[in-house]
Amino acid sequence: MKGMSLIVKKMAQLMSGLIFVYGAYIATHGHLTPGGGFAGGALIAGAFILMILANGSGYVRLKRQEEGSSAVESAAVLMALLLATIGLAAGTMVFFNNYLPPGIPGRLISGGVIPLYNVFIGIEVAAALMTIFLALVIYKEEISK
Amino acid sequence: MEPSVIISFVIIPLFAAFLIPLVGRLVGGFQRILTSSIMLLLLVLSVFITLQGPETITYMAGGWEPVGGVPIAIYLVLDPLSGFLLTIINLLGFMSVFYAISYMRRYTSENLFYTLVCLMVAGMNGVVLSGDLFNLYVFLEISVISSYALVAFGVGKTELEASYKYQVLGALASLLVLFGIAMIYWRTKTLNIADISVLLQHARHDTFLVFVQLILITGFGIKAALIPFHAWLPDAHSSAPSPISAMLSGVLIKAVGVYVLIRLFFNMFQLDTSLAIVFTAIGALSMIIGVVLAIGQWDLKRLLAYHSISQMGYVVTGIGMGMILLARGGDKSIAALAIGGGLFHMINHAVFKGLLFLNAGAIEYAAGTRDMKKMGGLARHMPVTLSSSFSASMAISGMPPFNGFFSKLIIIVAAIQGEFYLLAVLAVIAGIVTLASFMKFQRFAFYNKPEKEPTAREVPLAMRFSMVTLALLCLLLSLLIIPDIRQIFLEPAVNTLIETTEYATKVLKL
Repeated sequence: MKGMSLIVKKMAQLMSGLIFVYGAYIATHGHLTPGGGFAGGALIAGAFILMILANGSGYVRLKRQEEGSSAVESAAVLMALLLATIGLAAGTMVFFNNYLPPGIPGRLISGGVIPLYNVFIGIEVAAALMTIFLALVIYKEEISK
Repeated sequence: MEPSVIISFVIIPLFAAFLIPLVGRLVGGFQRILTSSIMLLLLVLSVFITLQGPETITYMAGGWEPVGGVPIAIYLVLDPLSGFLLTIINLLGFMSVFYAISYMRRYTSENLFYTLVCLMVAGMNGVVLSGDLFNLYVFLEISVISSYALVAFGVGKTELEASYKYQVLGALASLLVLFGIAMIYWRTKTLNIADISVLLQHARHDTFLVFVQLILITGFGIKAALIPFHAWLPDAHSSAPSPISAMLSGVLIKAVGVYVLIRLFFNMFQLDTSLAIVFTAIGALSMIIGVVLAIGQWDLKRLLAYHSISQMGYVVTGIGMGMILLARGGDKSIAALAIGGGLFHMINHAVFKGLLFLNAGAIEYAAGTRDMKKMGGLARHMPVTLSSSFSASMAISGMPPFNGFFSKLIIIVAAIQGEFYLLAVLAVIAGIVTLASFMKFQRFAFYNKPEKEPTAREVPLAMRFSMVTLALLCLLLSLLIIPDIRQIFLEPAVNTLIETTEYATKVLKL
């Protein structure tokens, strides 16, 4: 896939970092403000997609990126599942148990396990959207070959 | 028994599904061993639970206890009917996955295949365990979306077309189901099935609820491929890889279609005579039209797919007759007989139709064709496939001493005792046409003299093991006719349906 002009590339470089940080903010503050893992993850994926669209990428590199993002996706789901299963194993025998201390409402570190779920869901959604995007781009590359 | 065992039916396959893409690419063969072993574990667990006795166990995810008698947690409910379905799902799941060890080697990206199978099993286990309408919908979508991908797994033209058709109709069904659930939520302000059942206790002859029930019949009827809604099934079930066809025909249409319908109609809504008649009529139509469409087919897997519609017709007819009798306030023992026959036929159909699809896969594996006109003379070359497919063919046509005979007999006896003479005649006719079409399969596949001598050889050990085990089960399940064995396995499941209001009492511990 070919990249775009220098102006677009520079703007994408400037913007994507901000978008990434904003996505991370939305995901980590999911228990305090509107949004959460899904919305934050979509923004994070947007940052990466913007960079790929602006700068372009070779077929081989796209393939490798797809493998990486699908691995990250599986790992993030596994981590979220593990967090839920720890609740099952940690004495109370309850799946999805909130076993961490609740903290003070309104602080960033509060709400027990919920922020951790949000973080992993954010990673999972970002990786999943990235994988879908890459799969479509790779398909187009294969067709135009 | 520890209630948290229930959740493992969902967690274990989910863990496996997401471990496979990570570890499977590093360690060769990991995906095959892991999937087979977890399916075996779940099978043993579900049989163990069934043998524990007829108790209802509820599990509240997150540990949210009811507030003032109103359930707020997501409920998972394991009662005898769920246990019965769990056994079917995990039995067929294990057999298909073990068969796939050899069968799937000719396909690429095995990791994806096993990931999707694990997700599908997790979804189906979730559907039969869920005690909450919205979670039922979520699990249903997990299992059917993985099945869309599995149908298209061969990525040829026909597979993609079948999968697309399946997706369009499946999405329509999901939309209707979600709409129905939303209407119920609007009316009752709760999603818990037991709670809704308590709230709807006095709502007889309510047109709003009749509308919702009709929408749900359409939605789940499409998922179960009952006759006016069956268009997707012959394409989808014949295009999927054979172990998946066995899973789709053997369990998916039961778990996400018929099971949900009977659970909601018996245990959530009040039984209504006119809706029960609609339900039975759909079943009878499926039974007779399915088999008429099947007999003309020359594609082996398509023929089997049409027979799935017809055999599910038997199940629905049996259960529907019980529903009519209960709604009219008729004889409970005849209703129990009819429902028992329906559920008995459900497990029988899972076993013999699963086996027939595995046989079709074996023939395709060895002879390289699904067209019955091009087969022939395989009897000498594939003795295991021949004998196992013979027992499955006899079972599906209702020949004694195979299991299909006894369940069809019970359904017909119940129809006569309940004075549904037309249904009894239709069931007998459908049985005879089924026998004819399986005679055709046996003759053309195994005995016909082909133009040139086939070079086919018997399939590998893993495939033979699954086929032989299922063939033995075709015989062993006949034992369910003996009252002492029926009491352990079948009767508790029937009782959950007969005692319609008991479900809510047991789940909410009123």
